[in-house]
Amino acid sequence: MKKLTKTLAVALSAAMFLTSLTGCAGAAKGGDTWKIGGIGPTTGGAAVYGIAVQNGADLAIKEINEAGGIAGNKIEYNFQDDELDSEKSVNAYNALKDWGMNILVGSVTSGCCVAVAAESVNDNMFQLTPSGSAVDCITNKNVFQVCFTDPNQGIGAASYIGSNNVASKVAVIYDSSDVYSSGIYQKFAQEADNQPFEIVSAEAFTADSKTDFSVQLQKAADAGAELVFLPIYYTEASLILTQAASAGYNFKFFGCDGLDGILGVENFDTSLAEGVMLLTPFAADAADEKTQNFVKAYEAAYGDTPNQFAADAYDAVYIIKAAIEKSGVAPSASVSEIGDALEKAMTEITVDGLTGESMNWSEDGAVNKAPKAMEIKNGNYSLIQ
Amino acid sequence: MSFISYLINGISLGSVYAIIALGYTMVYGIAKMLNFAHGDIIMVGCYTVFTIVSTLSLPTWLGIIVSIVLCTILGITIEAVAYRPLRQATSSLAVLITAIGVSYLLQNVALLIFGANTKSFTSVVNIKALKLGADGGLTVTGETLVTIAACLIIMVVLTTFVNKTKAGQAMLAVSEDKGAAQLMGINVNATISLTFAIGSALAAVAGMLLCSAYPALTPYTGSMPGIKAFVAAVFGGIGSIPGAFIGGIILGIIEILSKAYISSQLSDAIVFLVLIIVLVVKPTGILGRKIQEKV
Amino acid sequence: MKDFINKNKDNLITYGIVIIAYIVLELLMSLGLISSLMTGLLVPLCAYIILAVSLNITVGILGELSLGHAGFMCVGAFTSAFFSKCTVNVITVEWIRFTIAILIGFLCAGVIGFLIGMPVLRLKGDYLAIVTLAFGEIIKNVMNVLYIGRDSKGFHFSTKDAVALGLEESGEIIVNGAQGITGTPKSSNFTVGVVLILITLFIVLNLIKSRDGRAVMAIRDNVIAAESVGINITKYKLLAFSISAALAGVAGVLYSHNLSSLMATPKNFGYNMSIMILVFVVLGGIGNIRGSIISAVILTLLPELLRGLSNLRMLIYAIVLIAMMLFSWSPKAKDFRDKTVATLLFWKKDNTVKGGSDNGSN
Repeated sequence: MKKLTKTLAVALSAAMFLTSLTGCAGAAKGGDTWKIGGIGPTTGGAAVYGIAVQNGADLAIKEINEAGGIAGNKIEYNFQDDELDSEKSVNAYNALKDWGMNILVGSVTSGCCVAVAAESVNDNMFQLTPSGSAVDCITNKNVFQVCFTDPNQGIGAASYIGSNNVASKVAVIYDSSDVYSSGIYQKFAQEADNQPFEIVSAEAFTADSKTDFSVQLQKAADAGAELVFLPIYYTEASLILTQAASAGYNFKFFGCDGLDGILGVENFDTSLAEGVMLLTPFAADAADEKTQNFVKAYEAAYGDTPNQFAADAYDAVYIIKAAIEKSGVAPSASVSEIGDALEKAMTEITVDGLTGESMNWSEDGAVNKAPKAMEIKNGNYSLIQ
Repeated sequence: MSFISYLINGISLGSVYAIIALGYTMVYGIAKMLNFAHGDIIMVGCYTVFTIVSTLSLPTWLGIIVSIVLCTILGITIEAVAYRPLRQATSSLAVLITAIGVSYLLQNVALLIFGANTKSFTSVVNIKALKLGADGGLTVTGETLVTIAACLIIMVVLTTFVNKTKAGQAMLAVSEDKGAAQLMGINVNATISLTFAIGSALAAVAGMLLCSAYPALTPYTGSMPGIKAFVAAVFGGIGSIPGAFIGGIILGIIEILSKAYISSQLSDAIVFLVLIIVLVVKPTGILGRKIQEKV
Repeated sequence: MKDFINKNKDNLITYGIVIIAYIVLELLMSLGLISSLMTGLLVPLCAYIILAVSLNITVGILGELSLGHAGFMCVGAFTSAFFSKCTVNVITVEWIRFTIAILIGFLCAGVIGFLIGMPVLRLKGDYLAIVTLAFGEIIKNVMNVLYIGRDSKGFHFSTKDAVALGLEESGEIIVNGAQGITGTPKSSNFTVGVVLILITLFIVLNLIKSRDGRAVMAIRDNVIAAESVGINITKYKLLAFSISAALAGVAGVLYSHNLSSLMATPKNFGYNMSIMILVFVVLGGIGNIRGSIISAVILTLLPELLRGLSNLRMLIYAIVLIAMMLFSWSPKAKDFRDKTVATLLFWKKDNTVKGGSDNGSN
């Protein structure tokens, strides 16, 4: 009998092989719809960012389809999970290719984005990453970014703190196991040498120990820091704020775009975030009409407050729309032709989005837009003039 | 001054590891299996309290009770459905793998129900922080006090239960030799179910205290503290109830002190390195019993 | 010759399955019948098969539980990627460079396995498991804080940050902490992967048949008895553990030369990955090399085939994993399975089998 179960197992694996083969090879030649694919983590610890991008892009695509599509062509959308793993991200890319994708929005995270970009360049697939912020993401000519690059953010934050004399002694708490966080920290530390303030303590944490921040906070206090720079995401930041308050520290906190969303943490005591400053292109509580409509529609559709990732993805879809309209390329063109056309068009367009006014792109794929400095006041983000 | 303050922080963190480790060590001691899903039962307990207290605005005590009851039922169910059929399997690894499957399952169910967004947990502890030192510069939070008190109470109750009651003696018997216990008229299935019930109820309590001290709740909240607590349990000698407590506290202190004095980037590596050294010197942990092997 | 075939029938079947699978897939690929997803999965599949087979040495043949296998993979991946990135302009013949990279990954992982094995292999069971888990985590943590740069003065190291490297303007950072190594040349391909699988199988299957392998299995079955007949316990344990680690390093080389960004995340080199490899081994049957290959293929393909389920994907995956474990390991399920399969396929034996099942259920 043992033999039979073995035969069964072999048969099962062979069958699985075959089913995965049957996916029609050689991507279907585009018809009259745009097939936009998305990649990001929708399960695992980073799911919050992947799901936000999935929903943000979905919302924009629904809006565009309702308004008649791009130059009459509807958009189909398919978002694939990569579990925050480069290898899975490449698998997702290949699965989307089988589906017939002709434009890619993704990957959400930097590491995955670099891995996917190395594949997409072979197909000359136009790739627009909403939030992959590492410089390595855009080394290929077919990849463009919606968000700022990490060095941009680090230098921006340092020069903002320096030129506005926010503080003279600065402490940093960053995630040394995270690409985004360590990337910003590196540039921040470099730029700090040219600025009138001094970094008095720089302490790290890792993905495996991100619950207790008492040491990092105490070191900052012992070093006499007035301001703590947090180039991290808001989940950990909410813990840091809570622990700083309960230990009775009175720091000013300063963060980057990862901090946006902290007020959206369900049940979070927003008074803890009072006075937190952040450089971010987007704030869910901004007063302009565009943002408010977006937030309202997003909440109605997905039952969550959108964060900056959702806004980046929403913008990404409209940027693609603008680029397609500029280039006049049709969905029936091959992936590579679409890629060529859109790569050219990207450097020619200017887009007003949720995450920036008059965004434009240089040939290297980086975006030009001005970050807004925000401060949390009375439980709301408010623009610092 | 700062050393004492680090030490207090270490004890705070360690007390959370300790209370999770108590549940771990309990299940391991009796059922002899690494229940990788323990950390995720903790997460379920937290979401239950969160839903009742923060979403439905019902009183905290109700949340605590419902959470404990729910986790107990969950623990018994998981044992009956996923672990019991494999108890007689030829390798003990089979049940370890199923436990991992259960862990993935709980995480993904929570992800579908509650979404990936972080929730901020409202502390179930309502005790003011203790200020020590001349200028009140040393703070012991109410959560820490309650966690340590809870650890001590649980330790005393568990030890008494295991040593003094019939059910407890049955547990000991089952952990020594299942076959012999059965011959002596002990219902092995019921005893193991009871163990999982107690272990899961402890997980619920541990979860509440974990999230009260570190109030960020996601579907993955339980997994890393679960692993750390497992390390703590091994540290103290897995299967030993006081060992879990001591292991947890020591692990917390090492983690904080290595962050403070050596490197905050390498603290994980240092914690694990100390663990390895302890185990190489004393292969059954600090309080573990050495079992002489017979031919 | 006939004698040789008879003696090695079982092993030859294993080689045969791999070679036939390779030929079929190559044929289909040349006909353009394979989806991009499948093509992209071929190299990772080879890496996972090597990992599963190599872990089976520790778990199945040596009989010890290791939860740090991904750590050795990590060592192989980083050392070889580092080498390839440094020498990409020096050694321009790709196959020579890649062969050296594979050897480097093999040796480094093997040496680390040897060094780790020396102090810890005297631990037993779950204690050994937790120590190997700890080593895996240490390796991952160290890789996350390691910075290596190169300029005209040579290599610079730091464990703080890239600024501390003090590089010249023209210098380049090769290993950038959490950002890892980017731009490793993509040298892995399916053919290399299959060749490496065959070499792995050759090493492992011959080890099992050899005198050394029998000594290792004697230790697994009864340490005291093995010791009493004069088997050097430490030597053979270390031998098996180091080979297992070294082959995991080879899988790491394959992995790192398939992706352009290599970083040590909890997902790819953490304990989760070690456990995943253990799942391959246990599901395929502990000690059963062919089973490891098959279950590595099934479990790697499964989540990819479930992509159509979008949000429910990982949920279904978890349920299927539990169901498969219960189905393949539970004693009751084993009875049931044998009976049903027998009833379905051997209707002639219907009566006897049915009788058995009646007895069993009553």
